[in-house]
Amino acid sequence: MSAEMAIKIEGLGKRYRFNPAVGGHRKTFREAISGLASMPAKLMPGRGPDASDSKGFWALQDISFEVPRGEVIGVVGGNGAGKSTLLKILSRVTVPTRGRAELSGRIGSMLEVGTGFHQELTGRENVFLSGSILGMSRAEIALRFDRIVEFSGIESFLDTPVKRYSSGMYIRLAFAVAAYLEPEILLVDEVLAVGDSVFQRRCVDRMAELARSGTTLLFVSHNLDLVTRLCSKTALLERGRLVQIGPSTEVVESYIRRLLDDSVEEDLSGRPRRGDGRARFETLSLLNGQGRPASAIRLDDDLRCVIGIQSTVEARGVSLAIVVKTLQGAKLFTSWTDEVGFRIDLRPGLQHFECRFQDVRLRPGRQVAIELWMYDGDALDHIDVARIVDVVERAGEPSGYSAHPEQGPYLCEYEWSPRRPTSH
Amino acid sequence: MIAAVEADIAAIQARRAARVNLPPPTLSKTIIQPAKGWRAVDFGELWRYRELVVFLAWRDIAVRYKQTALGASWALIQPFLMMVVFSTFFGKFSGSSAGGVPYPLYVFAGLLPWMFFASTVAGAGNSVIGSERLITKVYFPRLAIPFAVAGWAAVDLAVASTLLGAMMAWYGVAPGAGLLLMPVWFALIALTGLGVGVGLAALNVAYRDFRYVIPFLVQLWMFATPSIYMQADGLPTRGLVHAALSLNPMTPLVAAFRSSALGTPIPFWATAVAAMAAPVVFILGCLYFRKVEGEFADIV
Repeated sequence: MSAEMAIKIEGLGKRYRFNPAVGGHRKTFREAISGLASMPAKLMPGRGPDASDSKGFWALQDISFEVPRGEVIGVVGGNGAGKSTLLKILSRVTVPTRGRAELSGRIGSMLEVGTGFHQELTGRENVFLSGSILGMSRAEIALRFDRIVEFSGIESFLDTPVKRYSSGMYIRLAFAVAAYLEPEILLVDEVLAVGDSVFQRRCVDRMAELARSGTTLLFVSHNLDLVTRLCSKTALLERGRLVQIGPSTEVVESYIRRLLDDSVEEDLSGRPRRGDGRARFETLSLLNGQGRPASAIRLDDDLRCVIGIQSTVEARGVSLAIVVKTLQGAKLFTSWTDEVGFRIDLRPGLQHFECRFQDVRLRPGRQVAIELWMYDGDALDHIDVARIVDVVERAGEPSGYSAHPEQGPYLCEYEWSPRRPTSH
Repeated sequence: MIAAVEADIAAIQARRAARVNLPPPTLSKTIIQPAKGWRAVDFGELWRYRELVVFLAWRDIAVRYKQTALGASWALIQPFLMMVVFSTFFGKFSGSSAGGVPYPLYVFAGLLPWMFFASTVAGAGNSVIGSERLITKVYFPRLAIPFAVAGWAAVDLAVASTLLGAMMAWYGVAPGAGLLLMPVWFALIALTGLGVGVGLAALNVAYRDFRYVIPFLVQLWMFATPSIYMQADGLPTRGLVHAALSLNPMTPLVAAFRSSALGTPIPFWATAVAAMAAPVVFILGCLYFRKVEGEFADIV
């Protein structure tokens, strides 16, 4: 069987003509008219990429890689690394400035949930409208209609206008339509960051199903755990360039390390994050069992995480979660306010919370990463890697346990002894 | 029994072999590269996406008719009120009849094609800006958006035509054989309207203040189409004004539409010129749109 490439990208580059961050804007007609007197050529808005606009910037530069048919490839990188731009170009939403890409097969893209939905139309009507916009024919949509509705779980509300749906229902229906696209190549952009956890799992399952049936998947995400699980290969983008591409575990670890060369900092404001931003994680301080600042996690000691949250709104019933995980993304232990009935109500301003992990038993000699979640039905903030921290020996007598990376990260006391065979 | 099992196994193996030997389905190849300069309009692609155009048009129609409390009656009330205004102010000057036809009917029959044109132009002109969410998230031929506007404008026209029919019955005016040419006028007006609308849509994306120019432009255009509300003999036959007015393809088209509806003679030459101009305007508008459309998602 020929290893035909589903996606071939050569030297792809994208330059935006103006950068809103530094005050660039679309021309106004007035400006164009007054410019007309001085330079007739300026009237054409579609002028070439080497225009004299100094306010432009290169979002992507010289990206080249290939994706064989049926592979699931992840794309990771910080905010502004160019991941969304790459996806937009491959989805043909925008044109590249340089380079070339060749895609074999029908292209489906999920850049957003609810593309094409109109508030005044009913759920049923929106399924057809959205399906059509995403590229399905009327016949195809009719064929899959029942499965779409079943996946979304909103049978009884099919004929009410979508404006009456809760945000959860809306998302489920919107995703269901996109999930039943059956293209040869599927491009997904962090759509899965929405919805409740049950639904998220459904989405992941559906993506895995598509992957198994041979769909080529390109998945952009901040959720490194998911990327490692779903994708065999991952590409790392940084400031518009392809920095690394290879097996997911390797690339993800590399990304985390690059991310936190300044990992001792408490200040979280520079961390890549996702969420609606109504409240943000500002600081994370680590203290040891005695309440003194800790630069490392000590075996058998308590670990106290003090989180500073800056909120712009009042939010009731907020949940916080802390995940301590390996640098490859495997979770070691988690803490979740809902689980222990710790209720959080946020007020505008700065608030602090502490989570005290008791008798932490991690094997010394390695590093772990800390992930933070803030959630109230919608994700307010999620920082995949808030901090990287060393795990060190206990104070006083060293435990004597091996620090070899082959040994498991969690440490449990154990004892070996000879055993005489018992007689039957 | 063993023979039966063996037969089963053979059948399964044969099916498997057949599947493996199937040639792989040929896959469509998409090539993405920088867009440079003028690009042709890809009618093939538009045809493949025809269902989408219909869906977009249907969406606009459904939303319009669901949203306004007046619903369908808005398509009737607008031209009716305009007719009343014109009849009150202009009816006196043009005389109570124009070409043998009662003035209110005369002006109403002229307003219908005009409003179809104006809706198409203004609707198409603002359509791309209004579809920002779609354009930045999904691929489809962008021309589908303004094209869909002709859909709901046509529905409005159809609804208003019922009132026209009623008025004609009221005044006892019957259409002639010219009625058969109605689809032609409709197509020509649609082409002209879309051509202008599509061009405006592109300009609207490129220049963010252009949206304020559009209603003004449409208003001016209406005054430059005197055939809506007055007989041609009231106008200058030479000079700058005459030249400007004869460049307006809508003048003969409105007159032709009315003539077909009311059974009066159709002005030939002017209509023929407009008929040739319509596809040209359409193609030019689409070409300009295509040149700029690659950057829509970045700018909008």
